[in-house]
Amino acid sequence: MSAAREEILRRVRRSTRDVPGAEHPDDVPVERGYRKTDDTPRPEIVERFAERTAEYKAKVSRLSEADLPGAIRDALEACGVKGLVVPPGLPEAWVPDGVKVLRDGPGAQLTNDELDRSDGVLTGCALGIAQTGTIVLDAGEAQGRRALTLLPDYHLCVVREEQVVGLVPEAFAVLRDTVVGERRAVTFISGPSATSDIELNRVEGVHGPRTLEVLIVG
Amino acid sequence: MTIIRHQPEKQAPPDAFSKGRTPTFEESAKESLANSQLRRNLGKATQTIRRKRAVAVAEMPDWEELREAGRALKSRTLRHLDDYLVQLEESVTRAGGQVHWARDAEEANRIIGGIAKSHDAKEVVKVKSIATDETKLNEYLEGEGIAAYETDLAELIIQLAGETSSHILVPAIHKNRSEIRELFMRELGVEDLSDEPPDLANAARLYLRKKFLSAKVGISGANFAVAETGTVCVVESEGNGRMCTTLPPVLVTLMGIEKVIPAWQDYEVFMQLLPRSSTAERMNPYTSFWTGSSQGSGDGPEEFHLVLLDNGRTDVLADEIGRQSLNCIRCSACLNVCPVYERTGGHAYNSVYPGPIGAILTPQLVGIGQSGPDSLPYASSLCGACYEVCPVKINIPQVLIHLRGKIVRHKQDEGGLMGKLDPENVAMQAMGRIFSNRKLYEGAQKAAHIGQWPLAKNGTIHRLPGKLAGWTEARDLKPVPEQTFRDWWKTRGKGSPSNGSSGDGAS
Ligand code: SF4
Repeated sequence: MSAAREEILRRVRRSTRDVPGAEHPDDVPVERGYRKTDDTPRPEIVERFAERTAEYKAKVSRLSEADLPGAIRDALEACGVKGLVVPPGLPEAWVPDGVKVLRDGPGAQLTNDELDRSDGVLTGCALGIAQTGTIVLDAGEAQGRRALTLLPDYHLCVVREEQVVGLVPEAFAVLRDTVVGERRAVTFISGPSATSDIELNRVEGVHGPRTLEVLIVG
Repeated sequence: MTIIRHQPEKQAPPDAFSKGRTPTFEESAKESLANSQLRRNLGKATQTIRRKRAVAVAEMPDWEELREAGRALKSRTLRHLDDYLVQLEESVTRAGGQVHWARDAEEANRIIGGIAKSHDAKEVVKVKSIATDETKLNEYLEGEGIAAYETDLAELIIQLAGETSSHILVPAIHKNRSEIRELFMRELGVEDLSDEPPDLANAARLYLRKKFLSAKVGISGANFAVAETGTVCVVESEGNGRMCTTLPPVLVTLMGIEKVIPAWQDYEVFMQLLPRSSTAERMNPYTSFWTGSSQGSGDGPEEFHLVLLDNGRTDVLADEIGRQSLNCIRCSACLNVCPVYERTGGHAYNSVYPGPIGAILTPQLVGIGQSGPDSLPYASSLCGACYEVCPVKINIPQVLIHLRGKIVRHKQDEGGLMGKLDPENVAMQAMGRIFSNRKLYEGAQKAAHIGQWPLAKNGTIHRLPGKLAGWTEARDLKPVPEQTFRDWWKTRGKGSPSNGSSGDGAS
């Protein structure tokens, strides 16, 4: 045990001498009076997710399962994506013919340079949060490692309607098992990378993918 | 060929956390007030953020409940900080990370420098972290032959300019686009750059992308770390935080010991409070949560180090009134509503923590008895706006008054009997009682509106207390708002137009 550790803990204990020795952390009341679940009808929740994601300058479309492969093909074509990064577990039907597929997977990982040179990445997601227009990635099926959605300049993300939750607390509840059980990394994405550092003007696209496109499938 | 200098020639001026004496607030405020460009930029910026924040908060029907939960969670954590730190250490270690403890800035810097050196890193990439500003990590690393690259656009700007931050959230708020264009052309060797913000951002993207891909070591701060799971979180906008915490094979995170929160579930509170309070967004563009090292998954750094920093925090903890200052989640809402900050800017505070929170945190962290930091609790008109917006309900006016009392008492102890009769001390003790009591506090605010408050006449603050008095002689401060935020909040459910229909879910 390091001396610094012992000393800091000793200082903390000395500084909290006013706290009764018998007090347990849970004895300190925490009133959770805020909203935990959203009982808005499902269609409205999904619609809100679509609206709010779009407000963050992401391109958002809603479509049916049958139209998905065509929509993916069109989106990639419109953005001139030739070298496409594909994470493990992505449904094969999603990958259009004619693009160069850069497959990432255990044992055969793309290097950061390969990712950097690619044109875009196609993924699914773990969740969508309607309240905030947020897409959540948890490094699971069809999402892959964090670097996959970070280095390519274009991110096309497929969200299924049933993956959309209403409120922020619902999202953290769903993610609990991933984090506690599997210690997977979680990334919240709310619109493409942005800065307001220059005279408070919002500029989309600093370091992450400069274009984020979301396909909501219902 | 242009040789790119990564380290500015100009050294950043000393602040409360560097060695040596710093000027007092009034001395520095005079300089800032004379800079009209700065005041224009600041005015525009704070007004914009203030307006947007009010909209983002009004959308939340349960904002007060979230604030209360945030406050309570912080209080629970701080009262049992030893338990939570030990638990955090266990969780991070279990997840393959290494935990280090640093009693002070020097120890933290030595640990971080040692990790960088053990990997032969000559360059490290950094995502904005006020804790590393506090410890002066960049200067330390430079002395060890390691170049630290700031990767936030604003941090890059001020690093290239050899300046210090003037705002927690928008550190380059004092620079306009043409100044930035000139700086980039000169320091990054870019020819042909317009002053359009997208072009300026792109210049930074290209310059930093190479750094992200080649750096062996990334350095970050932490917004929160969960004791239960060891999950650390960085909240950001630009993607440089994701880059720094994902790409380099080694990640070092420096966090103040007060940043720990008890459980994973508690993110549901803080991740609602922080984005709306700071950037006035429903959610910031990117948030990264990671738990330990990659442990063979190939996702993220193979090596993760968490450095827990005290550096005066346990002294703040010891003061039962001052303790709440450690609730702070660094959202900067209190800066944006502060009439004093709006006029003087951040530099006048001579601290990495400017504005109302800086005025209470800085003197507590560095200890009372130095003229510069001791002047900060006087840098306030006590209008209470900071308390009203604070997402974790820090009663900043109460702490300000309390610290003024402590400072005066400190002088007494040094100055004998004369100090004891100092009228400022007597007045401050009385004010301290007012601010510690909500009813009295609201009463005092009302008194200010009708001109009976000792410092206000016709709703305008003509005279600031104590040491700032000389400053307000020349310049009247804004009137105390007609309707306080608290009043507004109480009435907003009753058909007030500000309670618009864009509310979330439950409406
Ligand atoms: S004191 Fe409160 S309002 Fe100010 S930065 Fe800290 S959390 Fe935000």
